[in-house]
Amino acid sequence: MDLKLSAEYELFRTEIAAFLAENGNKAPTQADQGLKNPKRLAWQKLLIENGLAARTIPMKYGGAGHAPDILKSRIIAEEFTRTGVAKGIANQGVSMLVPTLLELASEDQKMAWIKPTLLGKTVWCQGYSEPGAGSDLASLTTKAHIDGDDYIINGQKIWTSTARQADMIFCLVRTEPDAKKHHGISYLIFSMDTPGIEVRPLVDMTGAANFNEVFFTDVRVPRSQIIGEPGQGWQVANATLTHERGMLGDPNAAKARLLAIAELMQCESINGQRLMDNPVFRDRLLALQARVYAMQANGLRVTTSRINETSAGMAGLIVKLQGCELNHELARLALDAMGEFGLLYGQNTPYLRDFAQWQGRYMYDLGLIIGGGTAQIQKNIIAERGLGMPREPRPAAA
Amino acid sequence: MEFALSDDQKMFQASVSGYLETASPLDRVREVADGDRGVAEDISCGLSELGAGQILVPEAYEGLGLGLLDAALVQEALGAAAAPATHLASAMAVIGIEAAGSDVHQAEWLARIGSGEARIGVAIGEHVGAREGAGVTAADGKLTGKSLFALETAGASHVLVCDRYGGLHIASMGDAGLVRTELETIDRTRDYAELVFDGVAATMLTGQGGADRMVLVGRLLLAADTLGAAQVMLDKAVAYALERKQFGRVIGSFQAVKHMCAEMAAQLEPARALVWHAAHAFDEDMDEAGVMICLAKAHLAEVGTFVARTSTEVHGGMGFTDLVGLHYWFKRIGANRQLLGGPEQNREDAARRQGWA
Repeated sequence: MDLKLSAEYELFRTEIAAFLAENGNKAPTQADQGLKNPKRLAWQKLLIENGLAARTIPMKYGGAGHAPDILKSRIIAEEFTRTGVAKGIANQGVSMLVPTLLELASEDQKMAWIKPTLLGKTVWCQGYSEPGAGSDLASLTTKAHIDGDDYIINGQKIWTSTARQADMIFCLVRTEPDAKKHHGISYLIFSMDTPGIEVRPLVDMTGAANFNEVFFTDVRVPRSQIIGEPGQGWQVANATLTHERGMLGDPNAAKARLLAIAELMQCESINGQRLMDNPVFRDRLLALQARVYAMQANGLRVTTSRINETSAGMAGLIVKLQGCELNHELARLALDAMGEFGLLYGQNTPYLRDFAQWQGRYMYDLGLIIGGGTAQIQKNIIAERGLGMPREPRPAAA
Repeated sequence: MEFALSDDQKMFQASVSGYLETASPLDRVREVADGDRGVAEDISCGLSELGAGQILVPEAYEGLGLGLLDAALVQEALGAAAAPATHLASAMAVIGIEAAGSDVHQAEWLARIGSGEARIGVAIGEHVGAREGAGVTAADGKLTGKSLFALETAGASHVLVCDRYGGLHIASMGDAGLVRTELETIDRTRDYAELVFDGVAATMLTGQGGADRMVLVGRLLLAADTLGAAQVMLDKAVAYALERKQFGRVIGSFQAVKHMCAEMAAQLEPARALVWHAAHAFDEDMDEAGVMICLAKAHLAEVGTFVARTSTEVHGGMGFTDLVGLHYWFKRIGANRQLLGGPEQNREDAARRQGWA
């Protein structure tokens, strides 16, 4: 057990801190709206040039070309969090598609798509879930049949975030209708400007349209725009789903939330009593702090496993379930402590606190508990892969 | 950076677990629970021969000079076996004597405790919470008063006593002025006692802060004990669910049962990392050590309680029987929850340490 960093890494931290101190004024802020805001794209380019984004992606594909070093990646993330400077782009294209392309795409595809994605010039959305295919994703029915050199796609996707802003989509479609369900799927990439695509915003309980529905009517896509072989789409998609589950449940984010709530509870008073001096709320805060510390320590354990290239086992399997639940409960405490003021949820309403972020988080985090593999699917995974328990027997065919 | 147990630590814990597997199987735990203290003494002696008592003793005093994390791994193994063996109190005493004892006291006591030649219990409950007028006063080298829930004093040669002001004293259990009354609790795998002192001669340790450090060490070790006990309860639940059949299939194939097991694992696994981190923080004198230990004690109490009831439920009616014996772990977790302060008190302590209360 050794939580100290060697001199090499301490020096690295100093260098990152110096870079951020010197260049932080070039970073986009909340005022710089839009995924392709010039300031945002310029910042991303500068970060890649200095190895602070796309760090381990080879240079020929537009990355910084550094050797993988989990500790250095961690230090970079910590320094961005500490300084509050905007991080590099971490959208679905960068976080999920690029790792998939690196693993499974042809050389031409890698050369064509990775660089503009990393630079933020090409924005992607993910076409996986369908109205009839959620947890049972492999039952998806959006189909593509061959017509000459093209696929013709018909069907519908749902829960597609950034579909309105996206240039491109990576999409699962059924190409082999006669194959067993996991073997009949292909992974296609195509432009969102292709004729026959209609995007409808899907307003959710937060009041915003964080997601969309996407409809395909005779959408024509060249057969060359497949990743992997026809019928291999399930394996290709599983490579990216692994990346997605790694993205969720960051313990540093939970710690920042906890400290923000502690601050809130020391500033706000009811009947002249600070919320922190209410023993019930304080007890709840401390109970959540214990869980935040536990998830942080668990994160260190998972990081060590990754450095040593060993499986984190159960410590890795529980991160999505526990991390999302913890964030949700943190938001719940903030709302309960604020009482009626926690109900305020308008742009310009008087007495608003923290831009109503806790209500927004409480609702959005419930979405995260459901999305990316529901809590119940996570429990199946923990039981089956972690504890060696059997799968639910499949019902006999009707 | 390396957040993991070393090979040495894994090997030492495995040797303790291996020893307990033969020395402390369920039928021997039952013998102790039914009142046979001799069996408990035998198990403790064997543990001492493995060097468990020397972990926290500095090398200068013939100890191993290791840390709280190493002691926690031993305690985890004890919890896993629901073992009727002493370890908690002597580890607390070593830390107390090291913190508050003069060089002479350390030279006199640490090697003897480490080797098992001196068997020491602790009477420190009132430093965490005094009730029923309990508390010990020291005057002219004599102790007077009473202490409740003294730990590991059955068969002990000595006891480390914390007085009303946090001062520490070592007394002989054989002193004529000391009356020990067993407190029967749900947990029969360990002993709890009321000690009444009537002018008992004692050696006073002159340093400060020993009692606070003892409480922290005790809390961390109790959390580790629960970690071990809860992991075994989870393992037993999974094993039972894979064997027991109803409706023509093993009950472990029903999602209702799988999810109970998954929830236990999901709560317990991060709790393990928390115990490691808190113990390591203590060993490295990190500022957060006190907060982390109190939170670890509180959190393991909550997670342990959840695992104890859920595992029992997975076992169905059999979990409720004496025959299966699951209740020894259930009760051990229940005792660990309250000893040296329940979760509410530990959270309040953690709040105070951060200036929040």
